[in-house]
Amino acid sequence: MTSKTTIPVHLDINGRHHTLELEPRVTLLDALRDRLGLTGTKKGCDHGQCGACTVHVDGERVLACLTLAAQAEGRTITTIEGLAREGELHPVQAAFLEQDAFQCGYCTPGQIMSAVACIREGHAGSDEEIREYMAGNLCRCGAYPHIVAAVRQAALEVAS
Amino acid sequence: MRDFDYFRPATISDAVAAAAEPGSAYLAGGTNLLDLMKGGITSPERIVDISRLPELNRIETLDDGGLRIGALVRNADLAHDPAFAKAYPAVAEALLSGASAQLRNAATVGGNLLQRTRCSYFYDTASACNRRQPGSGCSALGGENRLHAILGWSDACIATHPSDFCVPLVALDAVVEIEGKEGRRHVTLEEFHRLPGDTPQRETVLQPGELIVAVRLPAQAASFASHARYLKVRERTSYAFAVVSAAAALVVDRGKIRGARLALGGVAAKPWRARSAEAVLLGADADEASFVRAADAALADASPSGDNAFKIELARRIVVRALTSALAGTPAVMPALPASPFSSLPGVRHDA
Repeated sequence: MTSKTTIPVHLDINGRHHTLELEPRVTLLDALRDRLGLTGTKKGCDHGQCGACTVHVDGERVLACLTLAAQAEGRTITTIEGLAREGELHPVQAAFLEQDAFQCGYCTPGQIMSAVACIREGHAGSDEEIREYMAGNLCRCGAYPHIVAAVRQAALEVAS
Repeated sequence: MRDFDYFRPATISDAVAAAAEPGSAYLAGGTNLLDLMKGGITSPERIVDISRLPELNRIETLDDGGLRIGALVRNADLAHDPAFAKAYPAVAEALLSGASAQLRNAATVGGNLLQRTRCSYFYDTASACNRRQPGSGCSALGGENRLHAILGWSDACIATHPSDFCVPLVALDAVVEIEGKEGRRHVTLEEFHRLPGDTPQRETVLQPGELIVAVRLPAQAASFASHARYLKVRERTSYAFAVVSAAAALVVDRGKIRGARLALGGVAAKPWRARSAEAVLLGADADEASFVRAADAALADASPSGDNAFKIELARRIVVRALTSALAGTPAVMPALPASPFSSLPGVRHDA
């Protein structure tokens, strides 16, 4: 498979299958936002420094801005749009609302995707551990204390 | 990002054959390469995506007791492998002190060795940079250079190598396994990265098209498991490159040092093995006086490359602190803030 024009890329996103014709340079982030209209995943820095584009690939959090769409072919991708189940918010989404864990909201989808993975990994055992394992998600509004509270609350709910 | 041909080889030999063409680059985790391509710092015409080569994804114990880590093992998987973290705790701690959870889920062992400097002039294509464009000069000399090299730099380049992972690896005699058209060869990590000299664009001993397939740790590397630490000073609590870091590993018997390994990060264009300091430590009393002498030896050849003289004294103190922490014993659990001097751990003096 060699081409300088476009290549077919098969993506499994939030349980739906998509086939796109993409230039190889298209990142997963741009494919999600510009080709599939899934704009919940945010483009912050586009350089792997802010975490706003965090998605799950095969259940693990990665940065969509530093992943080529072609690299994600055949993997299971979950974005913020795929988190709620049958109209019920994911416990992390609900906790962010209850704890008022955002101001402008731009970093929030990435924060939530990162938090879901953080809890699943078992890295939400203390506030110190939450802060460390959420360090890859920046919040320019500085809502960090409420974000930590939300992750702590959601971790307890998921465990119970 | 300039467009490129995309090729996904099925085998290592297919990958090496494809990358033999000029203008090719291997893609693994992509956490550094794609960023460099977006900025126009590098513009490969052909991407050889090796990320699905299954034989590069294994951690194996060798017959001689050594460990072989496939080049595509991801940083997070290696750091969280319980057997690995138990045998090589300073390496696990270094891995967890680097980048973020998202990046560690993508970044690979081989890619970590090959990551480029984070010198801001290297990233700024409007600046002069001998590393990016040979012969163009060095904007970092006389520029913003408080975080630049204090060891092994030249007038051509004062950039540092940003890896945490490589620091304990070089201390533990890691070996890089390399596949090329001529077959397989082994190079010690200490020899793998080059100092800048007059040719800073030549960062490693890799020949064009060669592929890192694994990193090996010799059996002896595990003998330091009970006295090994990695310490890293950053400009913020987490998610930052090292200003200065140190990996220290000791074997102590009745108050005497019977084995000593020391390496520094953030100080040079390569992970810096401090062999003169190890010589001072070997046979010495395991106490602060020995650690201070070792720190002096480690930094004896250091000189500021700009507004960074503070890093020399900082590095001395981090060496003493890392050795003190190693002597106190590897913590039973990974600190909540891996490698941070601000993590509270019993037995570690905070004024060391």
